[in-house]
Amino acid sequence: MTQTMEGRQSAQDARSSDEEPILKARSLSRSFQGFKAVDDLSLDLHEGEIMGLIGPNGAGKTTMFNMLAGSLLPTSGTIHLKGQDISREGAEKRLRRGLGRTFQIPRPFPEMTVLENVLCGAQGQSGEKAISAFFRPARSRRDEALALEKARHLTDFLMLSHLENEKARVLSGGQRKLLELARILMADPKVILLDEPAAGVNPTLLQDIMARIVTLNEQGVTILLIEHNMDMVARLCSRVMVMALGQKLAEGAPDVVIRDPEVVRAYLGDAA
Amino acid sequence: MIDLLSYGAFFLTMALTYAVICLGLNLQWGQTGLFNVGVAGFVAVGAYVSSILTTPAIDGRLGGFDLPIVIGWLGGGLGAGFLCFLLGALTLRLRSDYLAIATFGAAVVIQLALLNLEGITGGPFGIGFIPRPFGTLAEQPGLFAAANLAVLIVLVLVCYLALQHLTRSPWGRVLRALREDEEAAKALGKDPVTYRLQAFAIGGFVMGLGGAAQAHFIGFIAPDNYLPTLTFQVWTMLIVGGSGNMRGAILGAILVWAIWALSGSLVASVFPPDQQARAASLQIVLIGVALCLVLLLRPYGILGEAGTLRAPLRRALRRTPNSLSEGQKTNV
Amino acid sequence: MTLQPLMDGLVNGSIIGLGAIGVTLTYSILRFANFAHGELLSWGAYLALTVSAALGALLPGLGTPIGPFSFGWSVPIAMIASMFLTGLVALTVDWLLFGRLRNAGSAQIILVMSSFGAALALRNLLEFIYTSSPAYFTTALQISRPVLPGLRATPDQLLVLVLAVVMVVAVHLLLTRSAAGRSMRAVSENPALASLAGIDTRAVIRMVWMLGAALAAVGGIMSGVVVQIRPTMGLDLLLPLFAASILGGIGSVPGAMLAGLMVGLAEAFTVQIIGAEWRAAVSFVILVAMLLLRPQGIFGKAAA
Ligand SMILES: Nc1ncnc2c1ncn2[C@@H]1O[C@H](COP(=O)(O)OP(=O)(O)O)[C@@H](O)[C@H]1O
Ligand SMILES: [Mg+2]
Repeated sequence: MTQTMEGRQSAQDARSSDEEPILKARSLSRSFQGFKAVDDLSLDLHEGEIMGLIGPNGAGKTTMFNMLAGSLLPTSGTIHLKGQDISREGAEKRLRRGLGRTFQIPRPFPEMTVLENVLCGAQGQSGEKAISAFFRPARSRRDEALALEKARHLTDFLMLSHLENEKARVLSGGQRKLLELARILMADPKVILLDEPAAGVNPTLLQDIMARIVTLNEQGVTILLIEHNMDMVARLCSRVMVMALGQKLAEGAPDVVIRDPEVVRAYLGDAA
Repeated sequence: MIDLLSYGAFFLTMALTYAVICLGLNLQWGQTGLFNVGVAGFVAVGAYVSSILTTPAIDGRLGGFDLPIVIGWLGGGLGAGFLCFLLGALTLRLRSDYLAIATFGAAVVIQLALLNLEGITGGPFGIGFIPRPFGTLAEQPGLFAAANLAVLIVLVLVCYLALQHLTRSPWGRVLRALREDEEAAKALGKDPVTYRLQAFAIGGFVMGLGGAAQAHFIGFIAPDNYLPTLTFQVWTMLIVGGSGNMRGAILGAILVWAIWALSGSLVASVFPPDQQARAASLQIVLIGVALCLVLLLRPYGILGEAGTLRAPLRRALRRTPNSLSEGQKTNV
Repeated sequence: MTLQPLMDGLVNGSIIGLGAIGVTLTYSILRFANFAHGELLSWGAYLALTVSAALGALLPGLGTPIGPFSFGWSVPIAMIASMFLTGLVALTVDWLLFGRLRNAGSAQIILVMSSFGAALALRNLLEFIYTSSPAYFTTALQISRPVLPGLRATPDQLLVLVLAVVMVVAVHLLLTRSAAGRSMRAVSENPALASLAGIDTRAVIRMVWMLGAALAAVGGIMSGVVVQIRPTMGLDLLLPLFAASILGGIGSVPGAMLAGLMVGLAEAFTVQIIGAEWRAAVSFVILVAMLLLRPQGIFGKAAA
């Protein structure tokens, strides 16, 4: 399946490190009742790249995502998006600044239909204001029609069309993953944090998801990806960071990092 | 026969004023999960604002401005809605039960203001001569009662349809999303505080509207009409009807009002006059116990099990952890 | 202006403070705003009234006033009994209602709501049993004497202040020096960790109710001694109790007491300066000001 283990060149080459990263985290830490899930971790994500974040289970990757996306406040450390300090902002503000995320364990709105779920991702909808919801001016009807068209397009692309009018609670694990992706794509974020987007998805779909991620990246979206499938990481990412026990273990091109003895030990240690 | 009919119309009209209030509370609690312990206060604001706007001018009291009833009703709704907005803005960013405490306090202060601001509210005697819709028909009691009932039926229908229109819009979709999974909705850019605040204020508007309609139906109002018992009555109506279910809210209002009125007249006829106050308090004890029982056994309402909106409310409520397992840090 | 409001404020503030300690403990350990806590003050007062009346009927000697005070030995004895009995009332309500909701994993707001229903039932039960007319421990009138220039107090009022100080010191020592107190603090700080560390959460919950109810009973009895006993006394005190526990910082016992005194003083000076009819608004103003300026309270830590 893999022809090359070499890092894929991102649409826009990763900039030199002196350029201001689009997403910059400094010394992030987060403890849960004294246990340090993320310990003094810094991370630079450069505009236009696809970067991987890997590490054994429990390394603190999801916790890192939660802090970056604003679902969890860090115990200490700062986060900058496009040079602006967003460390204390909530997830909803960060999304409106163009920083989106998916959840490792999908969180669909279970009693809403698949289509409604996707529509919830739409941004700047005039009909979401109480006043226009009441009077339904032309603008909000137009917004809703456009959103509907886009949502149909996305469900179609992610092979959820036939489930459009089903309640999200009936979806299988893999379908939920796709819904998670469709919903965030609806919001057109500039930077997306993808937490294991392909886990539990069937292999043919996996190829499609990878293709979609590449397309997105070519359209200028910067991506930070948590993934256990090393093949996928190697093919998509130009750079990876390896985490273990809340700390950075290694960083660099995928093929180099994956052969790093320390990284190997971290994974084997995990398996043992 | 005519007597019975006009009594029936009277009863139903009164019950429908409660149904409007109940619809407002349903938007706040049933659809949004906000606990309002000051219903009586917001109903009072609606009633007083509307009365001041529409009564004929009188010495020693603000107004009356002798405006059309419709203006009074809108004013009453806006007054209550604005007050809800202020309280929500104050507390919705903080812990969820601060809203409960603040609305409770607001109702206490509103009651105080009704009693003490004589120049505005008429003090303990309240406001009389509140114009009734179709007052010109007052000579023909039957027709008058029917006209009043018709007004209230239309008002309930309008509120019902408007709220349905609202909850079936993209705005309502976000409200549902927030209720189903707040964290996920935030990750999609929806700000919970903004939406809760809007729902709370709109609910307050509807409550105020109900209060105004009630005032114009009774014809006179006094602070005693707006004691905490009223809050509790409306809550019982909503809980019985089934939270989150608008038709349930209307049905619950009629049913509980019927039980209330019947048991009230039972108390009046069975107990000797000097024991009636005590019997009335026993009546409240029983209903207090019933409220607790419903929370224990059927927290999502008694009527209409098939209601579709109840499952999300259940989930939304479960999700805020009752945190003997995980909670905020406090210091002893 | 006289200093007299100072005395009234301190006396009422002590009562509020004792009640607020219970509110703050339930809030920080059971994690809900208990709207039924005011009723524990009323129940405490009525239970003491009943015990004291029974004692007075059995042993008339107990009714003769002790020294300068307005009441005989029957009242202090009844107070001890009532502290215990009110604790039983609280435990019963917890067993019937709150405990079941907790075990069912109900949301915090459902607990708040059920406390609202419990408050209604408890209050009207009192009204049913004792009627709504006010009751008194004794009918003996007390003359206030000058304590400081411009400041008069009755012996009963002074006793209330002393008793409040004693109670607060006792509770503070209990919470900071005893094993039970340490368990309570541990559960308040972190319930999950506390139960992992082998702390018996159920015992802690029983402690919270017994302690909060006993203090509420003392507060209610004090209020009965210096003012009167009515079924709605707890309802009228509820807003001041909430204001004081938020002002003092949820979870802080000394904070609740100090804030109680502050609320009491603010009320007394409002009565003096603006008029008695606005007294009940004072707590609301304090509450709003706190939520606007410093929601974690004066003695509370900022929320994590
Ligand atoms: N909310 C939480 N409370 C307590 N511990 C947590 C919480 N979230 C994560 N952890 C712990 O933090 C560590 C890192 O978890 P996570 O970030 O999910 O790792 P990963 O995504 O790399 O598998 C794990 O040991 C996990 O148990
Ligand atoms: Mg993870």
